[in-house]
Amino acid sequence: MNWEAFWLTVRLAVIVSTLLIAIGIPIAYWLTYSRWRWKFLVEAAVALPIVLPPTVLGFYVLVALGSRSPLGRWWESLTGHTLAFTFEGLVIGSLLYSLPFAVQPFAASFGAVDSSLLRASASLGHSPAQTFRRIVLPLSKAGLVTGFALSFAHTLGEFGVVLMVGGNIPGVTRTISIDIYDQVETANYSSANETALVLLIISFVVLSTVYSLNRRPWVAGPWK
Amino acid sequence: MEVKIIPAPQTALPTSAQPISSELEVRIRKRFSNPEGSFNLNVHFRALAGFTIIFGASGAGKTTLLDCIAGLTDPDDGRVAVGGEDLYDSEKKQNVAAWKRRIGYVHQDLALFPHLTAEENVAYGLHTLRAAERQTRSREMLGLFRIGHLRDRRPAQISGGERQRVALARALVTEPRALLLDEPLAALDRPTKSSLVGDLRRWNQSHRVPILFVTHNGEEVFALGDEVIMLDGGRIVAQGQPHEVMRVPRLETIARLSGFENIFNATVVALHEDRGTMTCRLGKDGVELETPLVRADVGSRLRVGVRAGDLLLATENPRGLSARNVLPGTILRLEQRDVIISATVDCGGTEFEVHLTLAARDSLGLGPGKSVWVVVKTHSCHLMGM
Repeated sequence: MNWEAFWLTVRLAVIVSTLLIAIGIPIAYWLTYSRWRWKFLVEAAVALPIVLPPTVLGFYVLVALGSRSPLGRWWESLTGHTLAFTFEGLVIGSLLYSLPFAVQPFAASFGAVDSSLLRASASLGHSPAQTFRRIVLPLSKAGLVTGFALSFAHTLGEFGVVLMVGGNIPGVTRTISIDIYDQVETANYSSANETALVLLIISFVVLSTVYSLNRRPWVAGPWK
Repeated sequence: MEVKIIPAPQTALPTSAQPISSELEVRIRKRFSNPEGSFNLNVHFRALAGFTIIFGASGAGKTTLLDCIAGLTDPDDGRVAVGGEDLYDSEKKQNVAAWKRRIGYVHQDLALFPHLTAEENVAYGLHTLRAAERQTRSREMLGLFRIGHLRDRRPAQISGGERQRVALARALVTEPRALLLDEPLAALDRPTKSSLVGDLRRWNQSHRVPILFVTHNGEEVFALGDEVIMLDGGRIVAQGQPHEVMRVPRLETIARLSGFENIFNATVVALHEDRGTMTCRLGKDGVELETPLVRADVGSRLRVGVRAGDLLLATENPRGLSARNVLPGTILRLEQRDVIISATVDCGGTEFEVHLTLAARDSLGLGPGKSVWVVVKTHSCHLMGM
């Protein structure tokens, strides 16, 4: 068991899923309430990482982070090194890769809030932002938890993007899934099995936590 | 006529109820659709402090009208003003956002916040106040609506009537400048209804604001109305006191709405100016009815409307009645609707719908085929032009 790779992966997943709460909520808000006619294009773009092969996504992220792109040059002038093959680069790649897994549950739960509640809130003197904070967010708790957990679990298991963007640098970009691949490559099956089992158990624990939290807490019960 | 009031900032609102007076002026044009097609809502009215009933069948544009006043929908053009302050004015390109209008709105589905307790729901609109004052005010209102004991329960844990009270309390506690109620009593039984109406009236005595009360139930119109506005197809077809609008309908759409189960085409056959009545023949060769006298010539055609609840049934030919019309007939069928028995009686080719109580059916032993006499008071006959 490679604990260095394990903790690196957990750190990556925590950072990415936390950032996705902050980034995903405004995007989901806009996707839910905007009446822009070309909104569907943004929806499609957000969903792209679901269908795109991770290597394709990883390739473009690598190009975008490299020293020939404006973003890469800006980062280089700021820090003195490129984003590619660093932990920061891995975070950016993973943010894009897991974006739909956060945004889609968020948007679905925002959209499921009964619009009559929003109208009532407006009639009671609350601005749209206040209404969002006091009505939409609390009633979307299930979607927020789901989005957080899915992006966490999804980042935990990513492979293609990590390999393209981060390479395989121990302690910097070598995540568990890459570690498992390495072990299989060197015919070290028992060690691979150990690590794979840990990943499997964590994924199961995360998902069952989500489902247990999402048992609707404020319904009195079926007897009503 | 317009009463100018300066809206006080919400933080400075008095804790105790203080009479304020305002007037709601509404002039709205708006295209809206319902399942039967697309209509033009086109209304202009003023509502003073107190109850104004907006009465009309579903699809008449009642909810669209309230949404426009609340600012939840934009009219195509017109003006909405409360207490002399413009909330919407298409000419001045003015449109105050719904959340800045301070107009209370209770929708038929109540829209209580499911994740908040009754007290938190009521306190919701008081967010600009300090916590201590928010609590005092919302508890006061919970007490006024007799739901103080439910304050820690969530909407899913209380009954329908209690939810209705929470929704009303939540809207009233913010001391709105006008109150819009969209069929708020529709789902309630009669005793709950009348006690809620009592609570509303009490509140309205200390808070003199206009209350627009939407209903399609004729009974509620009489129970509440200071003023009735009758909507049909997006237009105001009648306006006035309940007895003017409801008792003497001029249009048949109104008659159907306000509960005339019996509507007949009729011909005037004789005028009795000396006793203030006239005789009308129903249908082509149906029975004759003595009706109130109106300006009409013998031979002119009109419609007669009679409420099913205004008719009497007798199992023997009654004597010594003041009613002028006693018509022999046969019961065709009986139907039970809730606690009312609706009897269809054939009187020489004219069918009357008569409403009875269950007890009356049982004690008179009524059933299909039974011979009965239908008693119609002259003043239960309402006349309408064709």
